[in-house]
Amino acid sequence: MTLDLSLLPDGGVSWLDASGPEEDIVLSTRVRLARNLQGRAFTIRASAHDLDAILECVAEAGRATPQLRGVVVFRLDGLDRLDRQLLHERHLVSKELAGLEREGGARHAAALLTNGDIGVMVNEEDHLRIQVLRSGFAIPEAYAQIAQFDGDIGDRVSFAFHPEFGYLTSCPTNAGTGLRASVLIHLPGLVLTKEIAKVLQGLAQVGLTFRGLYGEGSEVVGNFFQLSNQTTLGKSEEELLDHLGKIVRQVIGYEQQARDKLQRNAPTVIADKVWRAYGLLRYARSLSFEETMNLLSAVRLGVGVNLITDLSVYTLNKLLIFTQPAHLAARADRPLGDPELPTMRASYVRRALDEDAARQQKPEPGTDQQP
Amino acid sequence: MQCDQCGERPAAIHLTQIVDNTVTTVHLCETCAAEKGVQSEASVAKFPLSDFLASMGKGATGALPQGTDSGQCEFCSGTLQTFRETGRLGCPHCYDSFEPHLRTLLRRLHGASRHVGKVYLSPAEAPDTRKPSTTALRDQLRRAVEAENFELAAELRDQIRALE
Ligand SMILES: [Zn+2]
Ligand SMILES: [Zn+2]
Repeated sequence: MTLDLSLLPDGGVSWLDASGPEEDIVLSTRVRLARNLQGRAFTIRASAHDLDAILECVAEAGRATPQLRGVVVFRLDGLDRLDRQLLHERHLVSKELAGLEREGGARHAAALLTNGDIGVMVNEEDHLRIQVLRSGFAIPEAYAQIAQFDGDIGDRVSFAFHPEFGYLTSCPTNAGTGLRASVLIHLPGLVLTKEIAKVLQGLAQVGLTFRGLYGEGSEVVGNFFQLSNQTTLGKSEEELLDHLGKIVRQVIGYEQQARDKLQRNAPTVIADKVWRAYGLLRYARSLSFEETMNLLSAVRLGVGVNLITDLSVYTLNKLLIFTQPAHLAARADRPLGDPELPTMRASYVRRALDEDAARQQKPEPGTDQQP
Repeated sequence: MQCDQCGERPAAIHLTQIVDNTVTTVHLCETCAAEKGVQSEASVAKFPLSDFLASMGKGATGALPQGTDSGQCEFCSGTLQTFRETGRLGCPHCYDSFEPHLRTLLRRLHGASRHVGKVYLSPAEAPDTRKPSTTALRDQLRRAVEAENFELAAELRDQIRALE
């Protein structure tokens, strides 16, 4: 079985379009709800028969909701590793659901239902992990969308809910609301001014947590951080989201101050750093993923402080996703290794930046400058 | 890979920084990372849970109810032992089977054990049972009193009164 992402509107990456608020600092907002069906063992203890029944039940209920009417069900357990990795790189499924670190690949009946905006991972650690991903800093919008869907699917299945403990989850760290909201934020200013450790330390004290770009256990690379609520119980959904939103707003403020400070105290150093990174991305012939991420970080900073004006945030966002190994392999239609992979990556980046520069310099008559 | 700081423990956190125009990745173990104020989701989420599970392993730690260690969930046949090993519960009924343990754990993890968010009503529950029945609350009250959890008992008593 092969993966056909063209079945999704925008290939499931509409959140990359950089249309959301604070889009140069906050890439995206994600809200997820953990839910389990009543009367069935949690995924890790469920039998193959249970897992099939869970998938059937969720797929039927999900596809009866107005949001996911008739969507395609992607079964991860029938996909090659490269396709599963592609879905993960695209932020559509977790590493856990994709079974990337699991012997034997994805779990039996692990599946994804999605319309591009709303996704339901089935048979993840919990029976349902519902997620909404939006461009920019948009916590209330993302929550409104997911709450509506949660209500609509909750009318069609029976979720495990306890009067005292709330929604019951396989891991007690998610019980209660089952809600995890996270904001993917770019903080090069705070890293350069060495204030980041202080800020991150402060987050832990106010009950938030951070991690790298690709979810649990992933490393922080390219100065991209995912900030999210740590607790899920004892506060209402609104309180949890409001708190996260307030803190993120503050972090955005600190980042802007750090950028101002850098521009004021070290303008030449910053300009050199930004243009050097841009030059490398535009002309290098071989790029590792980590180097690409770090160079993109510097260039993104350059766009943020108006040093680079002919490059769109959308292009930078796309590069973050499409320079990953499975995406490059999908373009080449075969698995890639060294030294092909870094070479392909460099040529992909060159082409994207050339196209963007050409588009911005010579707009065709009668067309918009922005793609 | 070893930790860059102490050179002893395995590196668990990889922090990429830009210092003086050079990109450097620092590999740290969880201990050194914590000293530097850097925490990963894994370390944040894992520590309270593993601490807690370790304390359950020690048995009589005063704060924890005793005697239910050999208990088994009737629905999924999971035990506290399997929970300790995997950090995951087996089924929704485990929350009832190991209720006192979980209440303590949830308090440690979240600073609270009472859900105050959205109240879910499954489609099976008829509209006239939309109010949570006092039978369940009374049952909880009895258990709270038995566990000498008077704070919770008082809360439950108020809730029952409000419903009647
Ligand atoms: Zn160390
Ligand atoms: Zn159980």
